[in-house]
Amino acid sequence: MDRLQEYLKKERAQEWRAELRGTLKAKDRTNMERLSMPEEDPAVRSTNYVEVNTGLSEEQAIHEARRCIDCPDPTCITGCPVGINIPKFIKKIETGDFLDAAVVLKETNALPAVCGRVCPQEVQCEQACFYTQKLGKPPVAIGNLERFAADYEQNSGKLSIPVIADRNGIKVASIGSGPSGLAFAGDMVKMGYDVTVYEALHEIGGVLKYGIPEFRLPNEIVDVEIDILKKMGVKFITNFIVGKTASIKDLEGEGFASFFIGSGAGLPSFMNIPGENYIGIYSSNEYLTRVNLMNAADPDYDTPVISGKKVAVIGGGNTAMDSVRTAKRLGAERAMIIYRRSIEEMPARVEEIKHAKEEGIEFMNLNNPLEYFADENGRVCRMKLQKMELGEPDDSGRRRPMPIKGSEYEIEVDTVVVSVGVSPNPLIPQSLPDLNISSWGTIKVNKENMQSSIPNLFAGGDIVRGGATVILAMGDGRAAAASMDKYIKQKIRAILPLVKEFKSIGEILEFAGK
Amino acid sequence: MNKIVEKVYFSDYVVKLVVEAPHIARSRKAGHFVIVRIGQKGERIPLTIAEADLEKGTITLVIQKVGVSSIKLSNLEVGDKITDLVGPLGNPTHIEKVGTVLACGGGVGVAPLLPIVEAFKNAGNKVISILAARQKELIILEEEVRKHSDELIIMTDDGSYGKKGLITDGMEEVIKREKIDRCITVGPAIMMKYVSLLTQKYKIPTEASLNTLMVDGTGMCGACRVTVGGKTKFVCVDGPEFDAAEIDFDEMLFRLNSYKKEEENSYQRFLKKYQKA
Repeated sequence: MDRLQEYLKKERAQEWRAELRGTLKAKDRTNMERLSMPEEDPAVRSTNYVEVNTGLSEEQAIHEARRCIDCPDPTCITGCPVGINIPKFIKKIETGDFLDAAVVLKETNALPAVCGRVCPQEVQCEQACFYTQKLGKPPVAIGNLERFAADYEQNSGKLSIPVIADRNGIKVASIGSGPSGLAFAGDMVKMGYDVTVYEALHEIGGVLKYGIPEFRLPNEIVDVEIDILKKMGVKFITNFIVGKTASIKDLEGEGFASFFIGSGAGLPSFMNIPGENYIGIYSSNEYLTRVNLMNAADPDYDTPVISGKKVAVIGGGNTAMDSVRTAKRLGAERAMIIYRRSIEEMPARVEEIKHAKEEGIEFMNLNNPLEYFADENGRVCRMKLQKMELGEPDDSGRRRPMPIKGSEYEIEVDTVVVSVGVSPNPLIPQSLPDLNISSWGTIKVNKENMQSSIPNLFAGGDIVRGGATVILAMGDGRAAAASMDKYIKQKIRAILPLVKEFKSIGEILEFAGK
Repeated sequence: MNKIVEKVYFSDYVVKLVVEAPHIARSRKAGHFVIVRIGQKGERIPLTIAEADLEKGTITLVIQKVGVSSIKLSNLEVGDKITDLVGPLGNPTHIEKVGTVLACGGGVGVAPLLPIVEAFKNAGNKVISILAARQKELIILEEEVRKHSDELIIMTDDGSYGKKGLITDGMEEVIKREKIDRCITVGPAIMMKYVSLLTQKYKIPTEASLNTLMVDGTGMCGACRVTVGGKTKFVCVDGPEFDAAEIDFDEMLFRLNSYKKEEENSYQRFLKKYQKA
């Protein structure tokens, strides 16, 4: 940590930064208003898939960058799971060196254009910003600026490839190509490793592709970032399920020294209430996968999706918001959120709730589903709900929702999306009986270094956390990369003294074989 | 990879494809399935693995033309590649020595039944196989199944081959004749429902291998969920085989028809395009 502080101090003391600080008084900077993100018109956007947030202009970005006072103690960095040098990239924007700003981002973040869109900055860097902490003013719009710099670079066509250390020839693999696996791969390839990423689906990107809709994160944006990783030398293999297509042992036989497991969230949870398997009732995973990954809404594609006129989405998280806003775009007249707590207790980002409201989503808070009913073909047609009230706080600190007796009522629905959480993907744990697993099915790791109970297996993201954000998964991927590097180098150091005693390469190989 | 090296027409409706897939050929066991996607706009569909050749690194798929995807797949020729092929998925069949096994396959369900028959035979069981179809042309893999069976009975609805009658007619004859220790069934859901009702009557432990709708096939989407013993199970990661007596076949039959209208529309669009071309 001290070395990091020292490095940041040195960076801040550079002439250009000092000079820049002198161009505008801190007081004048803090008197500037935070600019809000420009958005598409809700009436139009709720009928198409264009991205809702349209991005800052160059002038807006420079304005926002000037608000940052370039603190001597940049607390914002402590709020970033991947440790971006935030003041440095923002000051590069202020001087108009937008491409350099993107280079700073990519030093520690493999997916800046993604993070600039989907990170909950309001509870991370922006929460830790001097403005929030000390001034009680709206923080510098760090997320919007990150997106600006990353988009500027993507649109410029002058994509920088991060510096890569000399190749060391050591093979490592990521199991899963979601955010944690991509962050892991980016760091390992920079350190000179020979990195292969295995993906079970036919597309690279995991939840970034199958889960998050186009209107929040266009697939094109994700593909550009994946292309950079390819140019850095990361190999991607799709349609390959480690633990099924080939085992970890098989891959060790092919020379892989160590593995990162980022296999993500798996089994969707249901509420186990009567009628939940009727036709037209989906998990959010299935509904979003059909629409996002398989393009089911486009009649040119073979995958179908049922999306009716009266759609109920059960749940209050970001995935529920993604599902209900998707239903609206697929033509729902009533697109409803049904959540058992009040709107204040919803885990979704404030921005997502705001966007959903603007688009005409109905929020039916303090309502809980009890049962579904179907027509003669087995297609869901009605549901029974119960009204709730808030009681005493529960373990999560939120007030516990209590059913109101006699408040049951029914509404008509023709599609239901159940978005009440997921449990970890069972495939890897099933294939490794010696791996230490929690009772929830998550892989147990040493939180300091993301190492599992099997020394050469590291893990991170939803397979460890159960259900988290893109950026926390990426933070895990980076932490795992750093400790895997250490682990491998320690192993090599342990062998090196022995190497001198060998008389030939053959002897070394024979020893290594053991 | 995924190159088609052999194609055989079993009938106008049923095609056998032998596909290069060395990893899957090595890892697959009886009961496993794969997911395929045909073309960049294709859907993901599950298909069971009928056979595998370790030396050649190939697996065998048997496809019945029922909709757009299966027709697209059946239209591929030797040398063509399947866009995406992933597996092996699901849990392998639990094979053990139990005594006498009654293996009941209907339609293309005989394809996944074949490796199960072979495995039970190799484990030292007496295997009696019953293959059933509407008519003679739809009976497949007869010789392959016979090779691994102690006895083979063929049933057709119209009597055009083997005995006339339903699969349950043939089963009941065997059950009345000798003691059956276990029954395995793979075929259309409606057939498996009646197989299960019959074996419940005679208290014969029965496993049914289910072929539900799927998207990812890796335990992520839940499209394949079925009710087994009152609990929701996922065919892709908990199955595909379950205790037949516990399966809610009526719910499964409903769910299989989830996209009947959409599939019909899609089929009509496909036909139009196809005829133009």
